[in-house]
Amino acid sequence: MIYLIDITLLVFLIVVAYAVVRVTDLFEAAMLFAIYSLLSAGLFAMLDAGDVALTEAAVGAGIGTILMLAALALTHRYERPAPGRNPTALAIVIVTGLGLGYASLDLPEFGAADNPVHTHVAPYYIQQTYDDTGVSNLVAAILASYRSIDTLGEAVVILTAGIIVFALLAPGAGRGKRTSTTRSEEAE
Amino acid sequence: MSDHAILRVVARLVIPLFMLFGLYVQFHGEYSPGGGFQAGVLFGAAWILFVLIYGLDTGLRVIPEALIYNLACLGVLLYCLIGVLGVALGGHFLNFDVLWTTPKAAQQAGIILVELGVGVTVAAVVMLFFTCFVRRRALNKTGADTDQWREDNHDHDS
Amino acid sequence: MTTILSLFNYWAVIALMMVGYYCLIAHGNMIKKIMGLGIFQTSVFIMFISAGKVLGGSTPILREGVTEYSNPLPHVLILTAIVVGIATTAVALALAVRIQEAFGTIEDDQLSEADPEDAAGQ
Repeated sequence: MIYLIDITLLVFLIVVAYAVVRVTDLFEAAMLFAIYSLLSAGLFAMLDAGDVALTEAAVGAGIGTILMLAALALTHRYERPAPGRNPTALAIVIVTGLGLGYASLDLPEFGAADNPVHTHVAPYYIQQTYDDTGVSNLVAAILASYRSIDTLGEAVVILTAGIIVFALLAPGAGRGKRTSTTRSEEAE
Repeated sequence: MSDHAILRVVARLVIPLFMLFGLYVQFHGEYSPGGGFQAGVLFGAAWILFVLIYGLDTGLRVIPEALIYNLACLGVLLYCLIGVLGVALGGHFLNFDVLWTTPKAAQQAGIILVELGVGVTVAAVVMLFFTCFVRRRALNKTGADTDQWREDNHDHDS
Repeated sequence: MTTILSLFNYWAVIALMMVGYYCLIAHGNMIKKIMGLGIFQTSVFIMFISAGKVLGGSTPILREGVTEYSNPLPHVLILTAIVVGIATTAVALALAVRIQEAFGTIEDDQLSEADPEDAAGQ
């Protein structure tokens, strides 16, 4: 029964992704992209990933959609449809897909408890986290305590992105060419 | 959009709940799904909803722009200070065990402070993203761009 | 049963990846390309999270009455990846806005016409 929900969500995801690619009205595409993010958040919740589902719903469906709509308000709303088909791109995509599909035959079985990924470091975290830190949420403990430097790097990345967007889109940005020419004129 | 009665009333009810839920997710990150990132995004989204209903000037009176810039940097600074505090008290960088008397209490204190820093930075950066895009739109509108945008889109309509 | 389910799971993820990849390389509009990149990113997240799932396990939050937990390590990795993904998307959209202001268009072929020396690689 649970598998049925997984399969249905994955089929819906493929249909919505195909729709995002095919529509030419970018406003519709942004709304379909929000639906895609929300469906994938539902899939994450089905796959026992509570933190990830919350983050994907808030970030993907919330902030991602707002940013895309804001960018659409500053550029064109409609995409210029490319004339004719693109056989090269289709061939590249099909070849890559077949190669990945062939490689996926080697992947371990879905959900088996003795997969290599579940026997290496994960049992230590599951057994020792409460004794080391006293925190119940394993994901928060690993993020903030065991792998704290990675989270520092992530906070710095998001601060850098904020600085870059400010440098690109602040009210004075892009209007500086006039001041540089007046300075060179004054130097002469 | 503040002349639509439904939007105004619903926003007045929903925005404080949003911010309260963001704070709840921030501080309950150790016992339920949550933590700094989700809480920061929720808080930023509540402010964005306020700006969508009442306008950017009113939004910037509630949370001034200088405060957004300072909070974005102060969050990462708090994170680094907790790390340096670990070094100053005798351990490694970002070692939480030396911050308090018992290791468990020290770890929990360290985790709460670090997640608070991350949450503050993420909320401020989300608000900064939105402010920059909206300001650019206001800047371009004063030029002749508005009609050009409409004409381009009417071309594609037919 | 689980073999068919695992094959379907990974092949659906590969189909999503290829849809995003096609959108990235075949469409000329910059914002469409950014959307294709987002589809690709989210499909990779689905692959990681489904590799971390344990059948019969539960969300990795310690509580009463649950003995088996899903692997928490992929969740940590994907949390960071989602936040970094939205940061790069925001920067890409800001660049698209500035390109629109500088050249008047964000379509690939129109940009090549507008800046021929740059398009020829000089």
